[in-house]
Amino acid sequence: MLYFSRAKTYAIAGLCALGILFSLPNLAPRPNFWPGFLPWNQVHLGLDLRGGSYLLLQLDLGAVEKQDLANLVDSARQAMRKANLGYTGLHGDASHNQVTLHLLHNEDAAAAQAALGKLITFNQTTGGANLLVNVGSDGTVTLQVPHQAQVARESQAVDQSITIIQRRIDGSGVLNPQIARQGSDQIVVQLPGVSDPERIRALIGTTAHMTFQLVDTTAQPSGPPPVGDEVLPMQNDPNQSMVVNASVAVDGADLQNAQASTDPQSGNWVVNFTLNSVGAREFADVTTENVGKPFAIILDGKIISAPVIREPITGGSGQITGNYSAQQATDFALLLRAGALPAPLSIVEEQSVGPELGADAIKAGALSLGLGFVLVLVFMATFYGLFGWFANIALLMNLFIMLAVLSVMGATLTLPGMAGILLTLGMAVDANVLINERVREEVKNGRKPLAALEAGYSRAYGTIIDSNVTTLLAHVTLFIFGSPPVRGFAVTICVGIITTLFTATVLVRLITSRWYISRRPAALPV
Amino acid sequence: MFMKPMFRFVPDGTRIKFMKGRFAGLIVSAILSSASIGLFFYPGLNLGLDFKGGVVIQVNTPQKADFSALRGALAKAGLTDAALQSFGTGAAADHGVLISLESRQTAGQTQTAITEVETALASAAPGAKILSTQAIGASVSDQLFTQGLEALGLSFVMILAYIWFRFEWQFAVGAVATLILDTTKTIGFMVITRIPFDLVTIAAILTVIGYSTNDKVVVYDRMRENLRKFKTMPLRELIDLSINETLNRTLGTSGTVFLAALPLALFGGSALSGFAWIMLFGIVVGTSSSIFIAAPILLFLGEHRLRRSSAPPKAPADTKPAKS
Repeated sequence: MLYFSRAKTYAIAGLCALGILFSLPNLAPRPNFWPGFLPWNQVHLGLDLRGGSYLLLQLDLGAVEKQDLANLVDSARQAMRKANLGYTGLHGDASHNQVTLHLLHNEDAAAAQAALGKLITFNQTTGGANLLVNVGSDGTVTLQVPHQAQVARESQAVDQSITIIQRRIDGSGVLNPQIARQGSDQIVVQLPGVSDPERIRALIGTTAHMTFQLVDTTAQPSGPPPVGDEVLPMQNDPNQSMVVNASVAVDGADLQNAQASTDPQSGNWVVNFTLNSVGAREFADVTTENVGKPFAIILDGKIISAPVIREPITGGSGQITGNYSAQQATDFALLLRAGALPAPLSIVEEQSVGPELGADAIKAGALSLGLGFVLVLVFMATFYGLFGWFANIALLMNLFIMLAVLSVMGATLTLPGMAGILLTLGMAVDANVLINERVREEVKNGRKPLAALEAGYSRAYGTIIDSNVTTLLAHVTLFIFGSPPVRGFAVTICVGIITTLFTATVLVRLITSRWYISRRPAALPV
Repeated sequence: MFMKPMFRFVPDGTRIKFMKGRFAGLIVSAILSSASIGLFFYPGLNLGLDFKGGVVIQVNTPQKADFSALRGALAKAGLTDAALQSFGTGAAADHGVLISLESRQTAGQTQTAITEVETALASAAPGAKILSTQAIGASVSDQLFTQGLEALGLSFVMILAYIWFRFEWQFAVGAVATLILDTTKTIGFMVITRIPFDLVTIAAILTVIGYSTNDKVVVYDRMRENLRKFKTMPLRELIDLSINETLNRTLGTSGTVFLAALPLALFGGSALSGFAWIMLFGIVVGTSSSIFIAAPILLFLGEHRLRRSSAPPKAPADTKPAKS
């Protein structure tokens, strides 16, 4: 009980000093003499405390699958045509994720296998093929995407979406956004300092798939569209629509750049775009062949405008006009630059907190924390006297060490996390209550002071460990299953329990032993 | 004044015969828990936004909030399900408006609804500031609900496993049965007070469970120690003795956490006061259940089993009860 080796004493004191040192960044501005090699980490404030937006996005993987299947049908059709093979009943089967067709002539089996086999590519991620081609003896051909390849494709779609969202948000001027994947098809976006994310919502909620398609002037939008055409609504008036050629003349994926600017003649805001070499060639071909016809610019299935081609555009650049405000034009250009999302994203959860509310929460939390701390100090002092004060010193130390650990860990302090710190304060002294009660009992049982301390500490340990492990278990579970704010709570409690075990037992024991050695009291103040 | 303790909950040598009241304790507990289960089904928990889904927007209006104008503007925008409520304390309550909408079918509709609220606000209360927006879709709320209940269930199992591992099985069963009774009462408390049931309050319930277990561990530890010390004392006396001996401890440890949580309940603001009230209620229930529920259950389960073969079960009480 009394004996602490010199090394151990220094280690304990050192740990406490480190605790104070690393909690300093939260309490004071960085001093000039702070050496550069020492970290200066603060506890991060959660969005609920400093204000900001948390968005949970869900990627529509069904749309990715559907699009992929449609592309596969197209590829199969082209491959069969190129090989001059007769077939019928070509269709995609979404429920089995496969494409089937029937050969007109059974003897074409080998040729079909060879022609469609060219579609098979190697998948780097899964280490297998991207496609399995099977020609049955009855002339039924199935193109199957293996499950693993499909999973890899979906994962890639999520990654791609993250990259595009990152670009869009970076372009919007929001600082320090955090974008991370969650689960198989969700993305978490955290935007500090953004309390009304209306603009971000629009930036994220737009797929931004732009296409250029020729308008079919011979057909009316009222009736069913002719084969190879589709009817699309106008963006600025959903009640109006136009018939356009279903095949895409130029795809927005071939955009190289897009910038907002004002049109020198009209003074209106417009978006200028430049196509890459592939796109520029396609654009030149289409505009050369179709002078005098309207050419629709389509964004996410809605027609932005359909200007008439006055002359062939061979330079690979063009202009999109509309009734844009400066902000709209800038954001539209940003969307085009950042690229299209592989599938629509929807915002399934949103939590936005303004800075005023966060400041109020911090104030309320700090007030409660201060009051709770004082109440616990008074309680311990009145119930346990000197030993209570020893526990109080340890409690203060615990607060520093907790703050230091949370800072160094780079943990995020949330509103529930503040509640966690407060509860930890209440629980931290529990170990001292157990020890002091035990010591007192031993004294009443007639033990000498030193023997009573000895027995008190050693016997209370078992109980302290048991009761702390149960609390720790409950909060580890909470951490695993909780949402971000609740995780903040679980982290503070778990860190608090571990630091408590140190301060409430080891540190208090050291203080007590120092006191005992210097005073050699005849009776313990219990 | 700094040296000696100034106050204690109960004087030394207190010998309350708790086990005499074991039936009363169990019956009261059973009634309260049954009533709570009844309340759980009707009127049911006030599900928070996390679990119900929907939209909650906190607004601060520059002038005194005109509820009828706001209601009119929201109804005009087609948001007939919008519920308005004032929030804040004192003078702030005149300016604080909480607008809540029910869960929408799709995420897109939810986003449209938020925009519509913002537009309606701009017309009915110009200059109004949106303090916070929370929107949770139906799929997410289902997912969060499942996760929350999983966390609750799993922590029960983990605590059971730990106590089982550290103590005899009778202790584990006693502890978990008590925890279940405690939790049902907490749920009853939440139904009566209308504290919303959400992720934060699940965290509170879990903390209460963990803490209540602490309490039981303290008493059980002493029982185990006394079982070794007084090999022939009847279990009933032994349990009473153990509870009395640890009474100051039980009240002391609960008292500190109670004091720490109290300011949070009073001044912690709307976001945390629900959490803190559950803590306070749970501490009181957990502490009393350690004495009146966990111990009697142990007495019923362990009457003839907790004694080792070395101690003849029918030996007369020859040791002096209690301590020196």
